[in-house]
Amino acid sequence: MVKLTIDGASIEVKKGTTVYQAAKQMGINIPVLCYMNLHHLGIENKPAGCRICVVEIEGRRNLAPSCSTECMEGMVVKTHTVRVINARKTVMELLLSDHPKDCLICSKSGQCDLQEIAQTLGIREIHAVENAAVSTYRKDVSPALNRDMDKCIMCRRCETICNKVQTVGALNAINRGFTAVVAPAFEQDLIDSPCTFCGQCVAVCPTGALTEFDDTRNIMKAIADPTKTVIVQTAPAVRAALGEEFGMEAGTLVTGKLAAALRRIGFDKVFDTDFAADLTIMEEGTELLDRLTKYLGGDKSVKLPILTSCCPAWVNFFETYYPTMLDIPSTARSPQQMFGSVAKTYYADQLGIKREDMVVVSIMPCLAKKYECQRDEFKVNGNPDVDFSISTRELAALIKTYNIDFVSLPDEDFDAPLGESTGAAVIFGATGGVIEAAVRTAYEVFTGKSLPKIDFTELRGLEGIRQATIDFNGTPINIGIAHQLGNARKLLDGIKNGMYNFHAIEIMACPGGCVGGGGQPYHHNDIEIIRKRANAIYEEDRSKPIRVSHENKEVLQLYKEFLGEPYGDLAHELLHTHYVAREMV
Amino acid sequence: MSTTTTSITAGVKEILSAHPEAKRDSLIPILQEIQEKQGFLSREAVVEVGKALNLPVSKIYGVATFYNQFRFAPQGKYHIQVCRGTACHVKGSAAVLDSLKRELKIDSGETTRDGLFSLEVVACIGACGLAPVINIDGNFHANLTSQKIPGIVNQYRKQG
Repeated sequence: MVKLTIDGASIEVKKGTTVYQAAKQMGINIPVLCYMNLHHLGIENKPAGCRICVVEIEGRRNLAPSCSTECMEGMVVKTHTVRVINARKTVMELLLSDHPKDCLICSKSGQCDLQEIAQTLGIREIHAVENAAVSTYRKDVSPALNRDMDKCIMCRRCETICNKVQTVGALNAINRGFTAVVAPAFEQDLIDSPCTFCGQCVAVCPTGALTEFDDTRNIMKAIADPTKTVIVQTAPAVRAALGEEFGMEAGTLVTGKLAAALRRIGFDKVFDTDFAADLTIMEEGTELLDRLTKYLGGDKSVKLPILTSCCPAWVNFFETYYPTMLDIPSTARSPQQMFGSVAKTYYADQLGIKREDMVVVSIMPCLAKKYECQRDEFKVNGNPDVDFSISTRELAALIKTYNIDFVSLPDEDFDAPLGESTGAAVIFGATGGVIEAAVRTAYEVFTGKSLPKIDFTELRGLEGIRQATIDFNGTPINIGIAHQLGNARKLLDGIKNGMYNFHAIEIMACPGGCVGGGGQPYHHNDIEIIRKRANAIYEEDRSKPIRVSHENKEVLQLYKEFLGEPYGDLAHELLHTHYVAREMV
Repeated sequence: MSTTTTSITAGVKEILSAHPEAKRDSLIPILQEIQEKQGFLSREAVVEVGKALNLPVSKIYGVATFYNQFRFAPQGKYHIQVCRGTACHVKGSAAVLDSLKRELKIDSGETTRDGLFSLEVVACIGACGLAPVINIDGNFHANLTSQKIPGIVNQYRKQG
């Protein structure tokens, strides 16, 4: 332990604690920009580059960056002397000197750490930089996210996420001095880089440099068009986070208000991606059982483990980095795409309209979904199964634009026939949820018995890589789970080297699964928010009357009326896909 | 793959084979060696080095763009080094550089489309008495002003 004094009060902290952390323990919030610490997830960024967190330490000539200065015995620290505040102001003015001042129309306004600290410090003018050139870097617009590097302050949080956490390596710092930015190799566009569009760089960017591609205008146009039937689906993780955008406590479930808000925006039908999640389990679960039964029966041509394929960033990742293993992921499409495919065939037929006259919108916690819905595999004659995918944040913006008082909305239900869902579908939103849902169904089908207990708590949690063995009535089934792509890489390399012996693996690209997705309300480095969202998801699961996918009545009806057998011919055509190796640098 | 691409890749592989077990700390010496042999760092070269060192290509590009010594286009027939050291700066090298960029229609680090000129900004070249100064393939042009630049460039253009 180390004893020190901060702002006149003494405190004892563990050796290795930084001055910033020690101050935080005492309730003193030192402003930070480049510093980021998502403990529990092992994510830390502390280049000590921005110098906004400087403090005065007695006996030292220079101010010290508190984010990376370790506490020492007897240290006397002052966090807000005039000298400290003036230094912070100077740092901020220098950061702002070449930063665009378009806060009024910046999509990050109100959520921007740079803006907030500038306001807190009371910056009202930027001295002696009248002639400083404002940065004019080329904008990079991809189907999922936008890079506006004029707004980059070189905190390098995105670089840490992209390289150390996700091990994608699409973004790195290039050039030096004024022209320094974070960019893909050769300054090419993101779409030409190995970027998976996971959106975690957007989730941690403190400014408006990295944001999602905004699709809301297209949706408003479609809704206003009387010749179009516009239907909407909403992913499980959205209902556990949307409330935050309206001042509600993290982890508040807003399922009913969400349905009500979508109806008031003017969608013709309000459906649930959870319906398609149950459908995914029918397909993926059947595929798992098919492979498993053959494997256990001694068929050596069968590939195991089976990997989940719901996460589009994960799909992009293995297509880029594991091109020789494209035959092990499940061929099942993601719930978003299954929904779109069923909507534009089965449901369009029911309504008696052409697929071109139907617009399918999805609300997702994810930015990679924007990329996914534009993939050629998911188009018929150029018409996409899902036309537009918007993030939880974009939906919140739409609700505000339509002047809807979200908090006082009544709870409403989803529409039929693509709106019913089970508890198994809801938990898709948290890491471990998809495999738990699959296990619930696979167990009952494999053993012919009903589950002794429905909650598989051994599959839950926030640990990066988890393993569990589930007893299928005498047959042990080994399950692996990873979230964050760096953990996925470890797991996959382990499989390649024969280190692991799994039957099935779930992988999600984002921390905590979809609840921590790149399209969710900004967590501003508070990882507890992600935990609370996950708890809300499991709470919704417990409250559902049906908690296994193979008992979803609307899904069973869909098979009976239209699809035929799970994993059958029509299901293959509409609900499965194939993967292609992507060579990206 | 064109023959030049193939030969570039082959050349890089040869250089890399002299660095078996190379780790990221050999990155800069390897890049220097490639530039020495091939005159610049091509896209293919950077990609090859990434594969060999198991580093993201964006990382290597980041390192290479940090240092002035690396270039990403072949040098022109005439390579112009513009000194931007302190003495030259005080004597107006910024205007000289601007004038060169305008005259050649390229940025520093680039090569003109006809392959005749390439432009490089360097820190002090140790000829402060001649400031502002540029060095074209060993020929020093001293006490420059932006007005003098078109004449000098044309002189080289005439030589072809």
